[in-house]
Amino acid sequence: MDTTPDVDADVVVVGAGCAGTAAALKLAQAGLSVIVIDRGDTPGAKNLSGGVLYTHAATDLFDGFLAHAPVERVITRNVVQFLNAGSGVAIDYRDQALEGNAVSVLRARLDPWLAAQCESAGAMVMPGVRVDRLVIEDAGGQRRVLGVEAGGDTLRCHHVVAADGVNSFLSRAAGLRSAPRPNQLAVGIKSTVALDAAAIEARFGVSGHEGAAFAVVGDCTEGIGGGGFLYTNRESVSIGVVLRLDDLAASGKTSSDVHDRFLAHPLVAPYLKGGELLEYGCHLVAEGGLAMVGEIAMDGLVVVGDAAGLTLNTGLTVRGMDLAMASGAAAAEAIAAGQANGEAAGIGADYRRRLFASFVGKDMETYAKAPAFLERRRLYGAYGDLAASVLRGAFLHDRRPRRHLASVAWGALRGSGIGLSKVAGDGLAGVRAL
Amino acid sequence: MTLSLAERLGRNSYQLDEELSHIEIDQVAAKRTGAGKILEAVCPAHVYTAQPDGSVGIEYAACLECGTCLVLAPAGVLTWHYPRGSFGIRYREG
Repeated sequence: MDTTPDVDADVVVVGAGCAGTAAALKLAQAGLSVIVIDRGDTPGAKNLSGGVLYTHAATDLFDGFLAHAPVERVITRNVVQFLNAGSGVAIDYRDQALEGNAVSVLRARLDPWLAAQCESAGAMVMPGVRVDRLVIEDAGGQRRVLGVEAGGDTLRCHHVVAADGVNSFLSRAAGLRSAPRPNQLAVGIKSTVALDAAAIEARFGVSGHEGAAFAVVGDCTEGIGGGGFLYTNRESVSIGVVLRLDDLAASGKTSSDVHDRFLAHPLVAPYLKGGELLEYGCHLVAEGGLAMVGEIAMDGLVVVGDAAGLTLNTGLTVRGMDLAMASGAAAAEAIAAGQANGEAAGIGADYRRRLFASFVGKDMETYAKAPAFLERRRLYGAYGDLAASVLRGAFLHDRRPRRHLASVAWGALRGSGIGLSKVAGDGLAGVRAL
Repeated sequence: MTLSLAERLGRNSYQLDEELSHIEIDQVAAKRTGAGKILEAVCPAHVYTAQPDGSVGIEYAACLECGTCLVLAPAGVLTWHYPRGSFGIRYREG
């Protein structure tokens, strides 16, 4: 399609992360002219994820993703752990069927590759530029986005894709989204610690390109809603905590201290022994689920990825990057279809329709009750202690006569102070939410 | 792993914008709301320091650009944007 002279490009994509590059790639492949603007001096310089990428969306979109993309390790071992002050209870799930299902990534390495695929498809990538604001025309109450302003220059386009991340200043300034509430956001604080491949293989029981992902709840966040994580990279581990902001503020605790305490925990520290810190960073995570998505389009603008609140914490898995890529693709399809049939006004509705017909919308709906469930405080302390108490009763032989496991569990439950009705209520809510 | 936070941030790569801070505090509002203690505790990079007089010290060069402060600062206290293009944190291991 020809670019009409009154625009600099058909589409300006703001943000060269997972959502932005997926959108740009599809738009370029559809023959539209695309400019991708990113404020980092290279794509990925501003991005930070835990990070585990579930690969299904990436392999659908990016040719040769598993063979060529600079990923770290293929996650074939998932550990979900309740961590208490002096004990831990874990599920350790290993499965060869997981080969290729999920990979650990470092965004400073992955994102330049994603951006390069966009360039190969014909998109122009413009790093080192911060978009300052949208250009919005208001004709008698009919507001329409005409382009963006960046560093004193105006770029005009038919459509803007706001892939500007969890803080999305663009969609807030456009009035699409209100400032998120503290219980809808968490801060992830991550240290990347260098370990050679041999140490990673020995400590995590993996070999070759395989890797492990640990999701930890309980003592690691000192009662603050959230959890700890540990992911193996090729020659480092990404480790840290995710802290829900309402709980963090109410606790009065210093966020970096919570991070430090997790890394120093006696059941965690041995994994890091002798490792040198490479980098310390942090990033917000949207935790509001479906309720946080809200308005994601207006005339001339679509909002994708983290900027649209598309993150899912299901308790066992935390996803964002696959949702981001698929939302970028859905937005691109809607824009390309609207450009082709000359019906630009319907693009926003078409994007929402495509998004909610895809796994993104369906999964957001499936887990709509997860955020409220995960606000139950017992998850971040009492249940970990309870699980350890039951197992202690089974494993700890202290010369007292043995009791049946059911009796041990009943005693542990009574000792926990949680109460059977709360356990039953939490269990039922958990089954419904997750 | 016993690095101080300053040593830790020293491992990071930053391109400092020496002309322009991307963070501003309304000190009158900060004193009125007690924002200093909150900001000091929540910021993972220790950008903010609560001063004895209730005002807030800012070390914007340390900022990791997460946005936590913007969500938790009492209304009217904080103006926070991303740094200008290319400036600020440059993650190599994000």
